Amino acid sequence: MLNKYPLWKSLMVVFIIAIGALYALPNVFGEDPALQISAGRNAEVTPSTLTRLQSAVESQGLTIKRAELENGQILIRFNSGDDQLKAKDLVSKELGDDYFVALNLAPATPDWLAAIGGSPMKLGLDLRGGVHFLMEVDMSEAVRKQETQLVTDFRADLRGEQLRYAGIRAGAKGIEIRFRDEETLVKAEDFLKLRNPNLLFDDKDLTLHVTMGDAYLAEVQKYALQQNITILRNRVNELGVAEPVVQQQGSNRIVVELPGVQDTARAKEILGATATLEFRMVTEGADLGAAVRGRVPPGSQLFEDSNGRPVLLDKRVILTGDHITGAQSGFSETSQPQVSINLDATGGNKMADWTRDKIGKAMATVFIEYKSTGERNPDGSPKFDKHEEVINTATIQARLGRSFRITGLDTPQEAQKLALLLRAGALIAPITIVQESTIGPSMGQENIDNGMAAMLSGLVATILFMAVYYRKFGFIAVGALVANIVLMVGIMSMIPGATLTMPGIAGIVLTVGMAVDGNVLIFERIREELKAGRSVQQAIHEGYANAFSTIADANITTLLTALILFAVGTGPVKGFAVTLMIGIATSMFTAIVGTRAVVNGLWGGKRLKKLSI
Amino acid sequence: MFELLKLNKTVDFLKHARVISMISLLLMAASVASLATRGINWGLDFTGGTVVEIVYSEAKDTSELRKAVEAQGVEGVIVQHFGAATDLIVRVPPKAGKGNEMVSRIESAARSLESDAVIKRVEFVGPQVGKELAEQGGLAVLTAIICILAYVAFRFEWRLALGAVAALVHDVIVTLGVFSFFFLEFDLTVLAAVLAVVGYSLNDTIVVFDRVRENFRKMRKGTPEHVVNTSVTQTMSRTIITTGTTLFVVIALFVQGGSMIHGFATALLLGIGFGTFSSIYVASYASIKLGLTREHMMPVVVEKEGADQESLLP
Repeated sequence: MLNKYPLWKSLMVVFIIAIGALYALPNVFGEDPALQISAGRNAEVTPSTLTRLQSAVESQGLTIKRAELENGQILIRFNSGDDQLKAKDLVSKELGDDYFVALNLAPATPDWLAAIGGSPMKLGLDLRGGVHFLMEVDMSEAVRKQETQLVTDFRADLRGEQLRYAGIRAGAKGIEIRFRDEETLVKAEDFLKLRNPNLLFDDKDLTLHVTMGDAYLAEVQKYALQQNITILRNRVNELGVAEPVVQQQGSNRIVVELPGVQDTARAKEILGATATLEFRMVTEGADLGAAVRGRVPPGSQLFEDSNGRPVLLDKRVILTGDHITGAQSGFSETSQPQVSINLDATGGNKMADWTRDKIGKAMATVFIEYKSTGERNPDGSPKFDKHEEVINTATIQARLGRSFRITGLDTPQEAQKLALLLRAGALIAPITIVQESTIGPSMGQENIDNGMAAMLSGLVATILFMAVYYRKFGFIAVGALVANIVLMVGIMSMIPGATLTMPGIAGIVLTVGMAVDGNVLIFERIREELKAGRSVQQAIHEGYANAFSTIADANITTLLTALILFAVGTGPVKGFAVTLMIGIATSMFTAIVGTRAVVNGLWGGKRLKKLSI
Repeated sequence: MFELLKLNKTVDFLKHARVISMISLLLMAASVASLATRGINWGLDFTGGTVVEIVYSEAKDTSELRKAVEAQGVEGVIVQHFGAATDLIVRVPPKAGKGNEMVSRIESAARSLESDAVIKRVEFVGPQVGKELAEQGGLAVLTAIICILAYVAFRFEWRLALGAVAALVHDVIVTLGVFSFFFLEFDLTVLAAVLAVVGYSLNDTIVVFDRVRENFRKMRKGTPEHVVNTSVTQTMSRTIITTGTTLFVVIALFVQGGSMIHGFATALLLGIGFGTFSSIYVASYASIKLGLTREHMMPVVVEKEGADQESLLP
C-alpha cells in the first residue's frame, strides 16, 4: 500500500531521535563552577585534606554544592562563580604551594546519565573565557642542535676506530670533517656511511661533507615538535589548569589553550621559557685576561657568570638538560638556596664516567635561555637571542652519579624557578608565541546569551511561519526542525573532540534557517502534484520521490564546502564547519526520513479527499 | 491551501535577462574596481597585530582613549567603538611591537580614564600567521569552487556547472566588493560566512537546475529559455520561503548576535541576497548562453527512462 512505512522504519526514526535527545540531555543540567585540587610532587591528597578544605570553606560562609575525592583529585562544586573565585583564594592559601588549585567547570550531569557516557558539549574558549596561544618552534635551532650532536658522535666514533682526522665542525651547510690523507678519508667515509644510512656523504679536497637528507631532516623536525609538545604539556600541568589543550598545528606550530586562566603573564613565563642546563669542565691554568682580550685558547669558550665575571670553560659538554628527570629546590646545610637534580640512567653513566678521574677539579653549570626577540629571520622563522650564563662552579668532591645538587643561586625564588623549568624539561628547540588571545569570562557568557537569543528569535519566526503557511504539514516540519536541533546538540555532545564555539553557534543558527529547505521542497512538490490532479496518496508519494534528488544534490554540494572548510580552516572556521556538516546530515535525515514517518503514520494508506497543506 | 506567490502562468524571467546580466556585470566590475583601489579592510586575523577590548561603565569617546594610549608611548593605534558606546577596542599594528609590556601600557591608559575599566579581551596575532591565514582562506574558496565545478559537471552537465560556478564567483566577488566599498572589517568569521554563502548560493542554483533537467526531459516542446522560465517559476515559491526563513534567522543573528558575530551576519545577509538573485540571472542565463539544449539533458542510458516510469505507478 502506498505511503505505508514498515514498522521498523518508524521505530528506527523514533530510536535515533531518542538517542539524540538522551545525549543532548546533559546540556540541560549544565555545569557547576568547581575547584579542582591535585597534589604536587611533595604532597598527597587524602580524605583528611578534603574534610579540612570543606570546613575551611564553610567557615567563611560559602556554600559547597558537592565535594568529592576521585583519582587522587578533589573536586569541590559551588553554586556560583563568585563563590568559586572566593574559595579559590581561600583554598590556595590553606594548602600552600605543594598543591595545584585550578578553576574548573564540572558537568552537573546526573550519575545515571554520566554512566552511559553522557556529558555536555565542550565549550570553546570564546564561550567560557581563557587564554589561547599559538606557538612556533624554531626548527633551524632543532637542526643545529642535531648537528652538534652528530659532531660529538662522529668524533667519538672516529676515535674509536683509530681514524685520525684533522678537524671536524658543523658548518653553514652540514658537517665538515677534514683529513690529512686520502686513505683515511675513504676508510672513514665507508665506516660512517655504514653507521648512518640516512645521511648524505660527499668528499672533496680531503674534506668529507655530511648533510642530512630530506627524510632525515623531516624526522628531526618531527621529533623536535613532538618533544616540545610533551614538554609544554608538562609545563601546563605545572600551571594547574583544568582541561588544557596542547595540540600540534601544521608542521611547526603548537596550540595551547588554557580555559579559565586570566593571568597571562605567568602562563607565558612558564610556557615560553626555554631553559636548559649544560655541565662543562672549567679550563685549567688558562690566562683569563688574555681570553677576555680575544685570545681564547683552542678547545675553550668564554662565558660570564651572573655577576658578569668571565669564566673559561671547556668546549665539550659533559651533559645537557635532556637527561634531567627531576629537580627540587631547597636549602643546603649552610642555608644557601640549592637545586637537587636527578638524572636518567644514560645521564647518570655519562656523569659518572666524566667525573671519575676529575676529583678536585672544577665543573661549571651553564644556564641557557632562549628569548624571542620579536623579529624574524629572512626566511620567516622567528629570531632568538641565546642567553648563556654560568650559574655555578664547584669543585668535584666525589664521583657524581644519578643525583647531585647545584648551589650558587642567589635567591630561593631563583632556585624554585630553575627547578620548575628543569622539571618541566628542556625544550629541544626554542618556541615563540605567534598568536595570543585572552577572552574574559563575562564575554564568554555574553556570547552564549547572544547566540541563544538569536537562535530563539529565528526559531520562533520560522515556527510561526511554517505552521501558518503549511498548516498540519507545517507542524510536522516544525517538529522536524526541533528534532534536528536536538540531534545536532546530541551529536556534538557525543563526539569527544567536538567543541562548541561562537561561529559554531552561528552554524547551528544558520542550519535552523536552512533546515526547513528540505521540507519546503517536499511540500511544494506535494502541492504541485495535487494541483496537477493526482490523488492525495499519490501526491505525497510523488512529492517525496521527486524532491529527493534535489535535496541530495543541494546538500551534497553544501557538504563539500563544509568539508573543505574543515580541512583548510583553523579555529573559528573549523568550528563553523563542524556544526554545518552535522547540521546538513541531521537536516537531511529529519526532512526525508523523519517527516515521512510521521506523514505515513498520520495519513498513509487512508482514503483522503483533502490534505492539510 | 494558500500561497504567498500565485504563479499560475509561467513568468518570463529571462525577458530582461540581458539587461539584468549587464547590471550584474557592472556590479562585478565595480566590485573588482573597489577591491583594486580601496582594497579590503583586513581584520587582525589577517594583518597581525594586537587588539585590546575595553568595557567602561559609561560611554567614552574614542579620541579620549587614543590620547591616553599615545600618552603611554604606544603609537599608531586605531581606537574604535565596538558594539556599544561603552565598549571600545584599541588596535595596534604589528610594527608597534608586542608583548606584555605594551598590553599593560594600554591597560593602564584605559584605566586612567576610568579606574574600573574591564579588559574583556586581548588578542595578538603574528604577521606571519596572518599572511598564512589569508593564503589558506583564498585556497579554501578556490578548492571549494573547483570541487563544486567537478561535482555539478558530473551530476548535471558542464554548461550548467560553469553556470553554477559563474554564479558563485559573482556572489563571492560582489560580497567582497561591498565589504571593500564600505570598508567593513574582514576577519576570519567573515571568511567562514563567505564560504557559507558559497554553499547557500549553490543550494539555490542546484534546486533550479534540478528542475531544469527534469523539465527538459518532460517537455517535448519549447526553447531552452522557455524551459528555464518554467523551472524558475515552479521553484519560485520554494525559493522565497527558504530564503525567507533563512533571512529571519540571519537577521536575528545580525541584530542579537553581538559584536563578535556582526561581520559574519553582514556577509551572510549580503550573500543570501545575491545568491538568490544569481541562481536565476547568472547561473541559468549563463548556461543558456553557453548553448544548453535539450539533447544535453537527455539521460544517456535508455533503460533509465523505464526505471523513472516505474516510480510513477502506485
